[in-house]
Amino acid sequence: MSLFQNVMGWVDARFPATKMIEDHMSKYYAPKNFNVWYIFGSLAMVVLVNQLLTGIWLTMMYNPSGEGAFASVEMNMMRDVEYGWLLRYLHAVGASAFFVVVYLHMFRGMMYGSYRAPRELVWIFGMTIYLALMAEAFMGYLLPWGQMSYWGAQVIISLFGAIPVVGDAITEWVRGDYLISGITLNRFFALHVVALPIVILALVMLHIIALHEVGSNNPDGVEIKKLKDENGVPLDGVPFHPYYTVHDIYGMVVFFFVFLTVVFFFPDGGGYLLEKPNFEPANPLKTPDHIAPVWYFTPFYAILRAVPDKLLGVVAMGAAIAVLFVLPWLDRSPVKSIRYKGWISKIMLAIFVVCFIILGICGVKQPDALVEFVPFDMTYRVMGQLCTVFYFAYFILMPFWTSKETCKPVPERVRMAH
Amino acid sequence: MTRVLILIALCLPGLVMAAGGGNNEYIVHAPISKDDKVSLQRGAQLFINNCLGCHSAQYMRYERVATDLEIPTDIMEKNLMFTTDKIGETMMASIPKDLGKKWFGTVPPDLTLVARVRGADWVYSYLTNFYKDDSRPWGVNNHVFPDVGMPHVLSTMESELGEKAFKGAMADLTNYMVYMAEPIRATRERIGVYVLIFLAIFMIPVYFLNREYWKDVH
Repeated sequence: MSLFQNVMGWVDARFPATKMIEDHMSKYYAPKNFNVWYIFGSLAMVVLVNQLLTGIWLTMMYNPSGEGAFASVEMNMMRDVEYGWLLRYLHAVGASAFFVVVYLHMFRGMMYGSYRAPRELVWIFGMTIYLALMAEAFMGYLLPWGQMSYWGAQVIISLFGAIPVVGDAITEWVRGDYLISGITLNRFFALHVVALPIVILALVMLHIIALHEVGSNNPDGVEIKKLKDENGVPLDGVPFHPYYTVHDIYGMVVFFFVFLTVVFFFPDGGGYLLEKPNFEPANPLKTPDHIAPVWYFTPFYAILRAVPDKLLGVVAMGAAIAVLFVLPWLDRSPVKSIRYKGWISKIMLAIFVVCFIILGICGVKQPDALVEFVPFDMTYRVMGQLCTVFYFAYFILMPFWTSKETCKPVPERVRMAH
Repeated sequence: MTRVLILIALCLPGLVMAAGGGNNEYIVHAPISKDDKVSLQRGAQLFINNCLGCHSAQYMRYERVATDLEIPTDIMEKNLMFTTDKIGETMMASIPKDLGKKWFGTVPPDLTLVARVRGADWVYSYLTNFYKDDSRPWGVNNHVFPDVGMPHVLSTMESELGEKAFKGAMADLTNYMVYMAEPIRATRERIGVYVLIFLAIFMIPVYFLNREYWKDVH
């Protein structure tokens, strides 16, 4: 026996190392027909690791106080510490990259019915990750202590004030002060670097354990576990390692090419990744002309603003996210994948995507400005309201059209894309 | 579905373009070349001689300017450092903050990052858009920043140099301020090229490795 086998034997007698590698990698069978949409789960892990590693080093240079935060970012990170700028840009652009891959990952799930039985918990854990990620990003955005950090947090935290009776007390309790201050910064720092990363890591484990229990869905929505060979291996499955490891490494290199192009050549992303007013230190006495959240929050911000009443706006924003949690029970279609659903599903999903993107644009714009990309006069407020109505209609009407429409027959085996 | 997705993808650039913002009519393109060391050196000289009296650049160190712009240390120390004799110090304003508040009604803002807050075009247009306005305390106003508290510090220079040379000087000053807002830019772009070349080469074996494994899966 080789030294390696000896060592592994010793470990295996005490800890299920080989068993875990087999269960989750070399004998975990994934459908062989994954297409490009299936890369974003792995990429989300890659970005998570990037955020954790760069985050740890940034913590070493960061000064979590109202007096020192801005200078520690603009001097320690951006000027004084060797390659501090690189860590900062990787982390800041990484936050946006995280949302890009997560949105595409979620869209993949919606397209191929990955949330359908028996994967409801995979979806719910995933949605919880998304929720935790939004909290993580929101709190992280306060830390550079720029004008947009400050006023963005001011606007969002003040939303708690919409709660009847106890609203103001809760707002004050969350801020720890009568306005956003160094005290708020300190608690957000603690939550951003300790509490929420732990929550996110735990949820990622639950997401993956649940996924590996039921197995991955695929673009055809066919359960590969139904047809197995004499050894119990799914006929349409390939072991995750090495097939999908080599596949995902290829995908990661392509991803890094795009990601690092942004990091090294367009770290501000034209003011959408690092907002211009955020290069000015937080000033409680000077409100910026225009407060807009970072792009990944803008669709929900637009829904918030679409409702004229503050409390109902907050409720609508919360409902827009909450409704995604119950998606597995709204879809009554006999088939999972969009490939075999009827034309209503295809058109509705396409309009939903367009609406979500337009909502994102509405969230950046002043509500009274005119929409540039329609040939008639319409303000962003009205556009946001229309898209909000469709956003909810998509989910509320889903049980009806999915149970009524005619679907195509689903094949026994998966089809390879060639 | 693929066709619908392609259609959406084609519409995206239009939507994103539409998401851009409007502008002040006086804001023009700043004619700067970011890698022109001589222009940057002239800009640094203009900045230190004319701006640093009242404005600070508190996140920038003299030494960094000297190193990045290839200004010899002794020249920097003798001719360009008025508030300190330690080259590692940050660039602080000559006047105290309370005096600035008393003179101008507001503390002259720190200028380290102004080019990143406002953009190069705004800075250049602001510097070249002062006009005579007797209703203002200093007798001047600005098209880009209406009712600005700052006097036209460079008015003598503008009349001595003439419009063309003055605009050239302001381009140098803007260039320096863009550099100062992100001194690492040149380095990051240089490293970025190598990083992308590495990834492009690394993609070759990774592509063939993937193809080799998958060639028998049908």
